[in-house]
Parts: sequence; C-alpha cells; structure tokens
Amino acid sequence: MNFDDTPQEAEFRAVARAWIAANAPKQYEEELRKSSLGRTQLKNANILEVAKAWQKKKADAGWACLHWPKDYGGRGSSPIERVIWQQEEGVFGKLSQLFIIGHGMCGPTMMAFAREEHKRTYLPPLASGEKVWCQLFSEPAGGSDVAGLRTRAEKDGDEWVINGQKIWTSGAHYSDYGILLTRTDPTVPKHKGLTMFFLDMKSPGVEVRPIKQASGASDFNEVYFTNVRVPDHQRLGEVNDGWNVSLTTLMNERMSIGAGVATGFPELFDYCSSLMLDDGPAIEDRAVRSKLANWAVKASGLKYTSMRAISALSKGERPGPENSIGKLVAGSMIQDVATYALDLQGAAGVISGPEDAEVAGRFQAMLLRAPGTRVEGGTDEIMRNIIAERVLGLPGDIRVDKDVPFNKIPTKGRS
Amino acid sequence: MNFDFSDDQKQLRDQARKFLAEKCSPKAVRVVLDGKAPYDSELWKGLAEMGFLGVAIPEEFGGAGAGHLELCVIAEEMGRANAPVPFSSTVYLAAEALLIAGSDAQKKEWLPAIASGEAIGTLALFEGKGNPSPKNIKLTASNGVLNGVKKPVADGAIANFAVVAARTGSSGRDSDVSLFLVDLKAGGVEMRGLTNLDPTRGQAEITFKDCKAEPLGAAGEGWSILTQVLDRAAVLCAFEQVGGADRALEMGRDYALDRIAFGRQIGSFQAVKHMLADMYVSATLARSNSYYGAWALSTNAAELPEAAAAARISATQAFQHCAKNNIQVHGGMGFTWEFDCHMYYRRANAMALGLGSLSYWEDQLIDRMRKKNAA
Repeated sequence: MNFDDTPQEAEFRAVARAWIAANAPKQYEEELRKSSLGRTQLKNANILEVAKAWQKKKADAGWACLHWPKDYGGRGSSPIERVIWQQEEGVFGKLSQLFIIGHGMCGPTMMAFAREEHKRTYLPPLASGEKVWCQLFSEPAGGSDVAGLRTRAEKDGDEWVINGQKIWTSGAHYSDYGILLTRTDPTVPKHKGLTMFFLDMKSPGVEVRPIKQASGASDFNEVYFTNVRVPDHQRLGEVNDGWNVSLTTLMNERMSIGAGVATGFPELFDYCSSLMLDDGPAIEDRAVRSKLANWAVKASGLKYTSMRAISALSKGERPGPENSIGKLVAGSMIQDVATYALDLQGAAGVISGPEDAEVAGRFQAMLLRAPGTRVEGGTDEIMRNIIAERVLGLPGDIRVDKDVPFNKIPTKGRS
Repeated sequence: MNFDFSDDQKQLRDQARKFLAEKCSPKAVRVVLDGKAPYDSELWKGLAEMGFLGVAIPEEFGGAGAGHLELCVIAEEMGRANAPVPFSSTVYLAAEALLIAGSDAQKKEWLPAIASGEAIGTLALFEGKGNPSPKNIKLTASNGVLNGVKKPVADGAIANFAVVAARTGSSGRDSDVSLFLVDLKAGGVEMRGLTNLDPTRGQAEITFKDCKAEPLGAAGEGWSILTQVLDRAAVLCAFEQVGGADRALEMGRDYALDRIAFGRQIGSFQAVKHMLADMYVSATLARSNSYYGAWALSTNAAELPEAAAAARISATQAFQHCAKNNIQVHGGMGFTWEFDCHMYYRRANAMALGLGSLSYWEDQLIDRMRKKNAA
C-alpha cells in the first residue's frame, strides 16, 4: 500500500507539471484558488474567454481531452494519466468547468454513435474549446424521469422536424452545438420511442432563454424548438433507440473520477481557524470542533475513496462502485457547511454582498448555490436509488408506466 | 499509486473469513453471549494456530513477522464475525504497548505467549467515567507497588497480564503518568467481572492492593506511549468496525430481499432502499478513512495521529449507523434476542467507547489537524 507513482506515471507527471508551470494563466491563479461553489468568476476578465484561451493552448500542445484518441483531438492517454493531469492542473482545472458537459458527455456519445466524418469534423474543435456543446435531455415533464420527455421529432424526407421544450440546459446560452433526446414514437412505451440527434444551436427555430436561478445567477436555460430541421445524418444511434444512446452519455457522467467534488470543508476549516467568537477562537470551541471533526472525516473519506478508484485505474482495473457516493455526500455536506458558517457569523451572516460580507460572501454564495448541487446530474434520491439497485442489488422501483404506451400515461396528478 | 491491499493480503483476508465462518458462527458467538463461557477458548487456540494472534509480532518474539497491513485485514474479519475473543485487548493494546515500550526481556516473556495463545493481555487505563486523560489517572505507583482501582478493563477478568497506567508525579503534566506491567496471576489484584453492553467481550474491575509491578518504558513516558498505543489501536479497531458495519449492511440487504410485505419485497420500497444506500455510504467512507489509517500505521508515517483519529471517528459512526438501521430494516424481528442484529448493535456501541468516546476523538482530530496546518 503506497501513494507513489509508478516510474511511467512519475515521468508523465513531471512532463505535465513542467508544461503547466510554463503555460498556465498564472495571473488568475489566486482568484481561482479562492473561488468556491457558486462563485467561480474573475473580476477583471471574462471567464469564458479565459477558459477558452487556456483550453486552446492545451489543445495545441496536446493536453486537451487526454483520454480521447489523437484523431479526435485528444492525446490517447490512459485513464490514470488523465487523473494525474487533473491533479497537476489544480486550480486551473476550474476553468474546464465550462466544458465538462461537452467533454464528459457529448464527446463520448458522439464517439460512440456519430458517423466517422462527423467525428473528425466536430470532435477536435470540441476538444480544443473552440466550440462548446450542451446536452438537451431534461424537460419540464421529465427531470428525474428523463424518459418522460415530450419534445417531438417527426421525419420529413431526409430531415427531422423538432418541436418542444428543454429545460435545465447548462451553458446553452454560449453553446455552439448540442445533443438532443427526442420522442419519435409516442404510441409505444416511453423508453422505446426515443431518438437522439446532435444539432447546431444556431439553427433557425432554436430559442435559448436563461433561467434566473434561486441563487440569482443564470447557469441554466430553457431551450425552445419551433420547427427546427435536423438532417437525418445527425441522428445518433437507431431510430427509437435513443434511450440506450442516452445511457452511454449518463454513464460517462458518472465516470469522472478524480475531479474532486467540492465539500466546502477546507474553506470552513480555514475560516474557523481564524474566526473569533465572543468567548474565544472558534477553533477552540467544543461545539465547533465537534462539527468540524464530523465534516473532516466525510471530506477525507471522499478523498481516499477517490484514491482507491485511482489506484484501480493505475492497475488497469475498472474502479468499483464506491465512487458513486461522491456527489450524494458532497451535495448535502456543502449545504450544511455553508449553513453552519453563516450561523457562526450571527446576525451578520445575512449579509451576502462581497464588499461587506465575511470572507467576501463565499459561504453565502455557497449556501444559495448548494440546493442545485443536490438536484443536478441526478437528485440525491436518484443517487440513492442507483446505489441501492446497482451496488446493493435491491429491486428496481415498481414502474406503473413501463408497459403503457407513452400517449396513454397520465400527465396530471390532480385535476 | 497503489492505495489498496496487496493480493497476498487479500488472500489472507479470504483465509481469515473462511476460517471464522467455520469456527465462529453466530451460534458459537451466542455461547459467550448467553454467559456459558467468558470467551471462546477453542476459537482463541485456533487463531493462534492460524498464526493470526502473532501476525504483526516479529519472528524473534514468536510471531509471524508479517506486519500491520496483515493485521488490519484480519481485524476486519474479526469484526465481521463478531468474534467473542480478547483479540483487541491482547493484540492491539497489550502487544502494541510491549512492541513500543517493552524491554527485550519483557518482550521475550510476553510476546511469544501472546502469539501462541497462552497469554491474554489487556490495558488497564480507565478509572470510572471519563475519557483518556492524565488527569483521570489516580492509581498510584511507588517503589514498584501499585494501589488503586481500574474499571472498565476490557477482558480484565480473563487476562494473564495487564499494562497499567499509573500516577507517578503531581506536576499536572503528562509526565506524571508512567506505565507498568503486571502479572495478574501473581497476587495483589482482585478481579471482578462487570455486566456490560456487549457480553461477547468481557469488562472487569481490577483492584490493585500493594501489587508488585515492573515499569514498562521510562518513568514519566507513560502518557506519550499510551497516546501511540491508542492511535495504533484506533486504526486496528476501525477495521473491526468496518467489518462489522459491512456485515450489518449485508444482513439488512439480505432481509430486505427476502421479506415480503404489502405484496412485494420490502427492499423495493424507497424508504428502505434509501436507508440501505445511506448505510453503504457511511460504510464506504469508513473503509476509505481506515485504509488511510492502515497506510499510516504500516509505514509509521507522521500522519498517523491524524489518520488514526479520522479512521476512529468514521468507523465508529459507520458501525453504529449500520448496526442501528439493520435492526430497523428487520422491524420487530430485529428486536428479538433470537435474531443476530442485536449482537452487532451491542458490539458497535461498546466499541464506540472502548478507546475513548467520539467526543474525545473529535477533539484529538481537530488538535492534530491544527498542528499539521501550523507546521
């Protein structure tokens, strides 16, 4: 048992480290280091532009999408090399958040299902960040129940005509392309009538409307489709086999190991280490210490769980299911941590403006962003179902709509 | 990076699991639970024959000389089987104290006897309520003679020898504490068994009356040695707790698959599924923290104090959580003496206290994290 690199890993790490040291946008390092959930932005620069410039620089030197084949803009690296890169990239990795959906989900789906000429055309600019992609799955009528989506695609000659509405589309407002899950046959049970496409987000009839979130920020959008025409050669997978295609996409979402989930703990520990309460330093207060200790072991537990997964990758094995706990644990933890940090501030905890608030309002921002973390990419409840069913082998939920034609499924709880 | 046990170590774990499945069935545990024997002496002999008691004891002292990672995987299986033997007091506490502070002669006297199963050892630290602290040690030592009362002492009524923490100064500092080695069969002690939460592991009160004792380690070094012993035992106990938590989770999962109510497997209800998923989460966090503890223990890393406290807290919480909710999944049957759930519930809650309670370890963890940050 050790934490040492193999000689090959050490060599790769040294090369990556040297390149990052010479090329990373260091002027933003401090600001990125201090940014936490709900507040990743730069004061004097447009983060989208900075992120795109860094991604392009990496791509030109062969450091983008490391695990993708070289022909598609990657490096052909092993999974462990990708993890080592992430470790070395450190805070500059926060700039990659804008590309997570494209690189983590759209790219792998294209790779698995698109025509060869499309892969060669679309994947390299996706890898280099010159083109940004989004994923158009969720709908007002289909969140956790993605297969309940209603956006229609109807065949018209060599084209499909799309009508409907998507929601919670991260980054649609700055995306160039998207992968789109549609309903192509409403007369069969819901999982059996779906088809996947990719499309140009600038196509006529696509309208993006940012959603103002509970936090006040706008990371997500509604996307409306009115008679949008998509050529049949942009179909991904067979007609009515879109559910299986989407499983590939979602599987990749959960494979992102080593990226490290934010728990808020390092921020809270720092804060408590310097905070003075009425009767002395917070870190010497029994109640504070007990809270900190309980979160400390969750944070370290997550860290070492991911180390175990990385070790499996290093040995060329598939990581076990234990990594599935990351988002579930971190999501509610960061919410609790933020709530507690405000509690320690007393009445002043209510002040959220960065100019007046404690530590520039980072915990207030965290608090307001945290509810989204527990919902996006699979709610806490869906994550628990996944653990219960796929890890522990418990029965799936009873699905009363499983064998019912989609257009016969009730759409209202109360009338 | 290879943050995992080696194939040989995993094989040893499988071997221990198989051995314990055969020799330490719930039925065998119940013999001790029902008070028909103070511990399972047949199992104890078997563990010695398998080489498990001396796995981390060097060969020159009669052990297998393997190491602490090997001891960790065996500990996990001991916890999974809820073994009714004085393993933790003898192997994690007494043997570790001897390894850290014993003279050559002391090691030669006791370590081979531990490895062969002839001697049961323990640590006599607590004196009534309270957590580990030099302030709580009242038992006195002067001119090699001990006077005072220790309780609870794990496995105290069946032990052959004890490492005893005694007060040898009154400066108010840690250096007031020294350790002594006492042959409990040599007179000067009275042992009384105490009714306790987990009858599968005995607790005792030991009264020392002008009891002859020899120093273990240098005078005034007692507290520093104890701290090391407790840290090492915290990691090893964490593996027992992880094993126990996993077993409790499995029991709950299996019952949820077998039991039908409202016309379906109860494991198909989200309320039950989510409870089991949460048990899996805490068991996984505990396992990962414990692996880090194992690494620190086996390499004597500077990180050991922090890693041990984290493993201790995480594994304590996980075992308590899994044992408690295992009963809940079982419903009324889980609350019967006949079902095995309560054995894990008892063990989980007794283990949560044995090396000092959660609040003690929480305090330790924060102190140690601060120290690291300051360094």
